[in-house]
Formats: sequence, C-alpha cells, structure tokens
Amino acid sequence: MELCSFLTLDSFITDPLTHDFMRKALLMSSLVAAVCGFLSSYLTLKGWALMGDAVSHSVMPGVVVAYALGLPFSLGAFIFGVGSVALIGFIKQKSRVKEDTVIGLVFTGFFALGIVLVSKIKSNIDLHSILFGSPLGISLSDVKQTILISLLVVILLSIFRKDLMLYCFDPRHAKTVGINVFFLHYLLLTCLSLAAVVGLQSVGIILVVAMLITPGATAYLLTDKFDNMTVISVLSAIISSLIGIYVSFWFDLETGGSIVLAQTFIFLFAFLFAPRYGIFKLKKLFAGYK
Amino acid sequence: METINYQNFRIEAENICVDYNGKVALYDANLRLKPGQICGLVGMNGAGKTTFFNALTGFVNISKGKIRINGESVRSAQKDQTIAYVPQNEGIDSQFPISVWDVVMMGRYGSMNIFRSPRESDVQAVKNAIERVDLTDHLSTPIGNLSGGQRKRTFLARAIAQRASILLLDEPFSGVDIRTEKLISELFIQFKNEGKTILLSTHDMIHVREFCDLVLLINKTVVAYGETSEVFTPENITTTFGGISPDFLFGPES
Repeated sequence: MELCSFLTLDSFITDPLTHDFMRKALLMSSLVAAVCGFLSSYLTLKGWALMGDAVSHSVMPGVVVAYALGLPFSLGAFIFGVGSVALIGFIKQKSRVKEDTVIGLVFTGFFALGIVLVSKIKSNIDLHSILFGSPLGISLSDVKQTILISLLVVILLSIFRKDLMLYCFDPRHAKTVGINVFFLHYLLLTCLSLAAVVGLQSVGIILVVAMLITPGATAYLLTDKFDNMTVISVLSAIISSLIGIYVSFWFDLETGGSIVLAQTFIFLFAFLFAPRYGIFKLKKLFAGYK
Repeated sequence: METINYQNFRIEAENICVDYNGKVALYDANLRLKPGQICGLVGMNGAGKTTFFNALTGFVNISKGKIRINGESVRSAQKDQTIAYVPQNEGIDSQFPISVWDVVMMGRYGSMNIFRSPRESDVQAVKNAIERVDLTDHLSTPIGNLSGGQRKRTFLARAIAQRASILLLDEPFSGVDIRTEKLISELFIQFKNEGKTILLSTHDMIHVREFCDLVLLINKTVVAYGETSEVFTPENITTTFGGISPDFLFGPES
C-alpha cells in the first residue's frame, strides 16, 4: 500500500500496461463491457433485469458440461441460457405460479445443478473463476471466442437496433405493421445469453447481471434520447471496467467485484447528480414549489 | 391515390373467439365495416374490447372464426400496413427515451428496409403527419415531457404517417384536453372523407352519439350491433353494462 504514495498518475496508468496479462485483461474487459453495455439499454427499457439474472445464472451447468466434454464453453452456456428461458415460459403457461416465482425457481435450479456438476465432474474447472470471473487469467482460446461472440452480438444489435427499440417500446405496433415480434423476442434473448457468456469471464456468473443492467440504468437517468442512452451505457460500462481492473491491480482486490462496484458508483453518481432526473435536481424542484 | 370501393368491406370478423390459456375473452363476435364508417366499441372493462383490437391486428390469435381485412388475411393486412393501432395513454411507457419524431417515424417502419433508414418520402410523411396533429413545435420533445393530449396526438400522427386505411383507437378521448379533443374530432371527419374506417373504444356515451355511425356493444360477445340511432338504446346499454341503469352512466337527463 505504501507503494501507492510514490506513484504519479502517469505511472498509475502506465505501469500495469507493461504486463502482458494486464493489457489483455483491459482490452478484453472493455470489449465485454461494450457488448453488455450496448445490450443493457434494451434490457432496462424492456424490464428484463430479472430475466438477465435468470439467464446468466442458468448458463452455469452449460459451462461445466461444455468444459467436461471439451466443447467451447460458449456453446454449452448458450444452450442452457436459452433453455432456461424456454422452461420459464413453459412452466408459466402451464401452471398458476406467478412469473417472478417461476423465474426465481428455474434459475436457482439450473445454478444448483451447475454447482453439483462441478463437484462431481473431475476436471480442471476452476469454480472460483466461473463464479467470480478471471479477466486476468483469460486463455488464448477464450480470447478468440470472446472476440467472435462479441462481434456477433454487436452486429446483430446494430442491424436490428431500431426494430429492437420498437419491440421494447410498443410490440403491438410492431406486430400490426408486419414486423416479426417473435423473431425479435428470441433475438434479444439470444443476445442476452451470448452477452452473459462473455460477461461472466470478466465478472463471473454471480455478478454478470450487473454488467447487463447497471450501465443501462445509469444512462437512463442521464438522457431522454435512445441513441444517447446506448452511447452513455457503453461508455460507462467500459470506464467501469478500466477503473475496476486498475483498482484491483494496485490494491490487490477481486477484479470482478471491483468492476461491478465501479459501475455501482457511477450509477449512484448519476442517481444523485443527473441534471434532470438526479435526486438533487428533484430537491430544487420541490423547493421551487414552496 | 387508390380508388376506394365503398361497397366492399374493410373489416369482416365472423364468429371470432379468443381465449387465453383456456379462459374465454371473446366468443362468437361479428363485425362488418365499410370504408368511411366510424364504429364505436362499447363495453365494460374486461368485456373484450382490447381483445377485439388484438384479434384484428393479429396481436393475438383467434381460436375460432374468420377475419378478413380488405378481403384478405390479417397477415397480409400487416404486410400492407393496412391497420394502425393507436394505444391508450396508459398502454405505453411514457418514460421511454424517445422523441415525437421517432415515434411517428415508427409508423413508417413496416415499409422501410431492414435497417429502417428513412427515405425522403418517409421524412415527408412524418413531417406532414406531425403537422396535421399540430405538434410541429415538439418534433424533438421526448414523449415523457408531453401532456396526455399531446402524447395521444403523437400516436395519431404515427397512424397517419403509416397511411393505414383502418384505424383502431383505444380510448382516444380519455385523459386529453379540450384542444386535443377538438383536433381529434376534426381529424375523424377528414379520415371519414378519405374513406378510412375507424373503430374506437370509449367509455364516454356522448362521444358515441357524436362521432359514431355504428356502435358495437360487447360483453364477451356482441350484445348489439347496428346504426347508433337504433342500437344505442338505454335497454341495450343496460344489458352491456351488466344491469347498471343508463341514468347512472349518462346522468339523469338522458
């Protein structure tokens, strides 16, 4: 800790860059943050925070099985992510249990299955890195996968940007003018599963939902324009990742937790000081009425 | 300009039924509307008004019966942008970060390319539509900053920009100011002259008498349907509203 007092801001930023693993971590986490931040606008506006939580936890058994079978972990994660949503939809339709209850019980069931599988399947799976992320120890094959998946999600979201916005805003109108709402629903779910897969490398399964909702929520407080919201969301996600990794490097903290905490602080800052929707703005308004 | 055959039916719904997971929301409902007709859809909450709209737009599937829009299937009506739906103010997220211009542009999405990039004709259609509802000063205003009436006009503009020949309006007069109400009633007359067909749901009995040529009274199924002057009787209204006297609904002078 004493080391820090000798540091200038310059070396605070440049020193870690001399390490190969740090450069890789910063790059990959920024990429992952950008992807999750992009998607985050849609999820927060659609009200899919709980769905994000469900999908990200449900990918756990998929990751374990894929590792055990030597398959790309993204494939397993994707199947279980989409599968969990299908199962949630099925149980909701066929029973009288309320939706949030169904979501809660399905994803915890999947998550528990994942944990049990890890304890039973003898392999070199590191439970800790799945649960809490390991951006500093990312392997070369994981790097390739992450880049591929990220590109895919960004391309899909870019092509259907406006349709997805319409789907979140007014699905009935979308349907009325012949836009395939069913396709958009599953497109958004697919992107959610894929983003959860890449996001879990940075911050782990337990916290990946933060990557998917916090940047969007922050941006929502700062703008009334959808395009600006996406840009702010992506930027705040990337900045949080960089801050989180630097802080974890210098102060020897858990990286995933640091990234999410940085996001939370940025959200709190917007919550308090956002020009139009921040708390202090509100207070001024109330004072004006007196 | 397309020529309109005023004898052909715009909307034909025959014995349609809709159920949600076994719960019947609407059964054996019939409706036939021609170009230039304005029809009021009247019923209690939960009587199936929104379900009727949803069936016509294809937002829910009917379990029985047949719907023809301009003689064709609902699917091809969707592709042709034939039907525009103007939602209730409560039916939309007013905090969504989107401007008047963007909402009205959504009326053009169905006829744009996959990226939904506006052509000159789309921009012009949106401009004209916004002018017709008198919101030109609010082009880039977020919908969250609009009054209830202005928001209603924004969605009307979307329907105009879509150039739909059938308009479905869910409670067009609820929660709007006098100015908007006047503007909407003027638009109705224009729409009628353009040969558009309008189906609107309302709680306000005065509006039915004022605007609607026809009225469809429903309570899970059709209670009565026909010319407003003939069908909109205190007896029928009482039946529709499950035995509540029309005095209570209209005030004693009716």
